Amino acid sequence: MSAPLAGPGPEAVALSADGVAEDVAPDIEELGPPPRSHRNKIIRLVSVVGVLVAWEAFGRQIDPLFMSYPTAIGTAAIQMIRSGELTAAFLDSLGTLLLGFFVAAVSGIGIGLLIGRYRTVEAATDWLVNALYATPLVAIIPLVVLWFGLGFSAKLFIVVILAIFPILINTAAGVRNVPQPLLDVGFAFDATERQLFTKFILPASLPYMMTGLRLGVGRAIIGMVVAEFFTAITGLGALIVKYGNQYDTAAMFVPILTLMLLGVTLTALMRRLESWIAPWKDTVGD
Amino acid sequence: MSDSRTAPDRIKLAVEDVSKTFRVRGATGEKDALLPVLRHISFTVGENEIVSLVGESGCGKTTLLRIVQGLVRLDHGTIRLDGHVVSGAGRDRGFVFQQPNLLPWRTAIGNVELGLELQGVAAAPRRQAAQRLLALVGLSVAARQFPHQLSGGMQQRIGLARALAIDPAVLLMDEPFSALDAQTREILQRELLRIHAETGKTILFVTHDLDEAIYLSDRVIVMGAKPGRIKATLPVPFPWPRAELPLLRGEPAFQTMRAQMWELIRAPSAAAA
Repeated sequence: MSAPLAGPGPEAVALSADGVAEDVAPDIEELGPPPRSHRNKIIRLVSVVGVLVAWEAFGRQIDPLFMSYPTAIGTAAIQMIRSGELTAAFLDSLGTLLLGFFVAAVSGIGIGLLIGRYRTVEAATDWLVNALYATPLVAIIPLVVLWFGLGFSAKLFIVVILAIFPILINTAAGVRNVPQPLLDVGFAFDATERQLFTKFILPASLPYMMTGLRLGVGRAIIGMVVAEFFTAITGLGALIVKYGNQYDTAAMFVPILTLMLLGVTLTALMRRLESWIAPWKDTVGD
Repeated sequence: MSDSRTAPDRIKLAVEDVSKTFRVRGATGEKDALLPVLRHISFTVGENEIVSLVGESGCGKTTLLRIVQGLVRLDHGTIRLDGHVVSGAGRDRGFVFQQPNLLPWRTAIGNVELGLELQGVAAAPRRQAAQRLLALVGLSVAARQFPHQLSGGMQQRIGLARALAIDPAVLLMDEPFSALDAQTREILQRELLRIHAETGKTILFVTHDLDEAIYLSDRVIVMGAKPGRIKATLPVPFPWPRAELPLLRGEPAFQTMRAQMWELIRAPSAAAA
């Protein structure tokens, strides 16, 4: 590429000066989410305080066996953190969760790419995927225990089997839904099969994968707690069972609220990651 | 600068006796129908020339352009570029789509680099070429912007720069300005002529806008539908560099040519008669 594509001469500069390139600079918009209104924040804060106060007031009226209230839960939480019990249980649960989610993500994306890319693989597996996705997989836990026993591998399997399907299905959908016009660009530039996959299909399906991962995180947490209830009792699930059996309702609420925080945090994190990895999807929404 | 262009003596692109039939899948229980979209199309585009294809919708002008690019397979006929038969997609042709079709995960400059990247050009020369082309389309300031941050007109400029980046022998443009508002369209039409003057590219341009066809072209090919075929090839009687389109519209010759094209397009097709 040489002479014919040389930069603009003085003429081009003159042209843009008298407005030919007028649609250039002023159109650059500020992006990102619209500024969250101050008013909404206040309403939300009032709502949170209101609910906590009402909970406190009502909770105190009720037999502490059946219900607890924020200050009692707070006290229990401080005790459990001091004794190290909560932290140990949390880390124990987190280990299962993260490893299981990681395995589900890697294999879900891998299988999803294959299913989305190859019609044969899709035809061979879609009935199985749909059937398993529709099955409440909690139902197969007794079977999992027969296969893997009550230890760590059983828990891991339960987390993976629950988390993998939304990841796999979304990834496959992403690959199938790459807009034809974008693929046409690849064809027009005579991209090889491999280039088509790495430079067009893979990035175009990233937002779908991220959505799958976000949905998968929620299901992984469910899998983790269920596994802690029904296999060897450990982690946060074990704390719930333990304090439930002791009729210590305030202490039982502590791991429950921890799980809630964990779920909220991880999902928010995935959302962040989603809009960071695929900022162009912000305008489309999902 | 090709200020005073005479009829080009070197043929750049030759379309020879091209025919294409689509198979339209029938509704359940019905047989597939055969839809002839192009019948015996032949024409040439000379080096440095701009030729427009116009015609009612359904005349197969976009299909024809996609066949030249190699995006659609032809049933019969030959496409020659610089005398050599081409088949399939090729890096010797640059395509500008009706929609910009930029890759949303790439910056403006990343999109312009795409073609070179697919050809395996190293990062440094690739970037240099892309910067030069961004400057050519007047968008150096937007190099780091993502497509969704750019207006439609800017996106189409990037689309043009992307097609030019691989230094194609011919530039194929499929109604590239039809999705833009009237003002932006006129600005980009003017820009295209400037870029053409600077690069000397051979351009085959599809449009349904008769004014645009006259303004931009050396010759206009009028096509008819059912099946798509060439009705006439008309030379544009205006010298280069072209006067601005609003001025051109005032010329009697412009009105005459426009009326003539309109007549041709509206004339009942031979098949129906």
